[in-house]
Amino acid sequence: QKVSVEVLERLEHLALVDFRDSEGVERLHKAIQFADQLHEVNTDGVEPMDSVLEDRWCLYLREDDVTEGNCTKELLKNAREKVEEYFVAPPGNIPLPKLEERGTFLQGS
Amino acid sequence: LALKDGLHSQVSAALKEGRVAPTELCQRCLALIKSTKFLNAYITVAEETALRQAEESEERYKRGQPLGILDGIPIAVKDNFNTAGIETTCASNMLKGYISPYNATVVQKLLDQGAVLLGKTNLDEFAMGSGSTDGVFGPVRNPWSYSKQYKEKSAPKSHSENKESNWVITGGSSGGSAAAVSSFTCFAALGSDTGGSTRNPAAHCGVVGLKPTYGLISRHGLIPLVNSMDVPGILTRCVDDAAVLLGSLAGHDPKDSTTIQDDFRPFELPNLTDVSKLSIGIPKEYHAPGLSSEILSLWSKAADLFKKAGAKVVEVSLPHTRYSIVCYHVLCTAEVASNMARFDGLEYGHRSDMKESTESMYAATRREGFNDVVRGRILSGNYFLLKQNYEKYFVKAQKVRRLIANDFVKVFSSGIDILLTPTTLSDAAPYTEFIQEDNRTRSAQDDILTQAANMAGLPAINVPTALSERGLPVGLQFIGRSFQEKQLLTVAKWFEKQVKFPMIQLEEVKRHDNGVFQHQKSASFS
Repeated sequence: QKVSVEVLERLEHLALVDFRDSEGVERLHKAIQFADQLHEVNTDGVEPMDSVLEDRWCLYLREDDVTEGNCTKELLKNAREKVEEYFVAPPGNIPLPKLEERGTFLQGS
Repeated sequence: LALKDGLHSQVSAALKEGRVAPTELCQRCLALIKSTKFLNAYITVAEETALRQAEESEERYKRGQPLGILDGIPIAVKDNFNTAGIETTCASNMLKGYISPYNATVVQKLLDQGAVLLGKTNLDEFAMGSGSTDGVFGPVRNPWSYSKQYKEKSAPKSHSENKESNWVITGGSSGGSAAAVSSFTCFAALGSDTGGSTRNPAAHCGVVGLKPTYGLISRHGLIPLVNSMDVPGILTRCVDDAAVLLGSLAGHDPKDSTTIQDDFRPFELPNLTDVSKLSIGIPKEYHAPGLSSEILSLWSKAADLFKKAGAKVVEVSLPHTRYSIVCYHVLCTAEVASNMARFDGLEYGHRSDMKESTESMYAATRREGFNDVVRGRILSGNYFLLKQNYEKYFVKAQKVRRLIANDFVKVFSSGIDILLTPTTLSDAAPYTEFIQEDNRTRSAQDDILTQAANMAGLPAINVPTALSERGLPVGLQFIGRSFQEKQLLTVAKWFEKQVKFPMIQLEEVKRHDNGVFQHQKSASFS
């Protein structure tokens, strides 16, 4: 049961990671096949588990008080492109080129 | 004092009594790291800062004011923990050159107690893998590959096939940390454990590997893989030392809301002599397909050991064990898809030269920065999280997770104190053999015995048990109840005493210890 090209393309878009080649796609197919074993288990009436600590109520909200900060200089040190106290990104609101224009591996599918 | 000596039993006392100085200890470790460079256990050696830390420690000892048992003790940290001012790479191109602006809480705690940070250890890229073979800095070599014990058991090879070709892996993903401890370059190391990444290499390298209860030790600063399963791991040469490290690291951290708020009190491990009140569970499902007959026999001998000593040894069942790997596969890839989204080249890490648009820059950065394993997991994870798949895969896996956790609850509430299982399916494979299969297949095979403890959040420990027929370490695993580390470690310590696992005989280390302390009679080493 193969994954459709539309879904593959959607995944590349969501993940912003590409399959690179047929091996990449094959890897996904194997992963899905592997995961399908889950359906052998009867989970009727079983609640999903988010955290093993669910009984301890340890996830809490703290008071909205500032406890640390003022580390702009340190944080900017690791960015490659910056202007004053801004991180600089290339222009936004430009969607990734369509499949046909992208020259991605999926074009051949 | 020899580098092989136990922290708890010998080194701390030696430092306090002035028999050895912190700077000397540090220098010896640094020298040994240099001469064991071929192991590729370290990505970064922080020589200058380590020596400075050692000097500061020495001052404190001179004033008679050491910070505690860890003051002056050289340790190593897996390269997925943030360390201020020191490069943190996660063995990935994505973070090459990234200098952390802060210390992970566990790192800060160690430094606050005077520990000397020697360097950052090698791992599988972003901790994804079970061999420590898939990082950008190359694979880590198991120190036992160069041991007298392994060489003696290797069939005599022709002159052309030297030791270069049949070295064995460390296991993973905390292979660098395990190798560093195993080769005596440090007294303890931090690893991480999401599916077995501390216990697996501990078993293959013949060291103690502790996975604490989820929620006991802070994950703040540990670059996350699976937020609901990750824990910092502790690697040491003996159980007592693991207890020391645990004592200095455990406890609530306001910066990590998944740490429990209960008070944690560090403990000394009692010397258990009477195990008659103990009830040991042997989960039958851990007799997994592919388990070597050698390890099966060792496991059986261990059960007998407890029985003969008066403990109650009972076969138990954890019926959903065989689904834990599948469940992990879905939950892990899903969380990875989310956690890896932060790597976009803007604020830190690698950034592609692509300038056309934000999205194309992100895509190119991630293509350039991540290896195939990481990218594969991100794509799989995104697949399982698609709206049409969410219930079918992600929520389904969460339900199966509850079943797995409940299996343990049932067993522990039926009077069982500790579970005894193998840690790995076999001893360490030669590198050339290991890389025949892909990362996902290997991880699925190798994590089978360790993964369920992460699923349920339980504490577990690998204790080196014996040498295999090939002269390589084999360990056994104890799994305990939530937050009952004291009981777990007490039993582990008793077992460790019974099995008397042999010390690794490494030429390099012998040379170092003998060279520096000619006048001192070193304890039987070889």
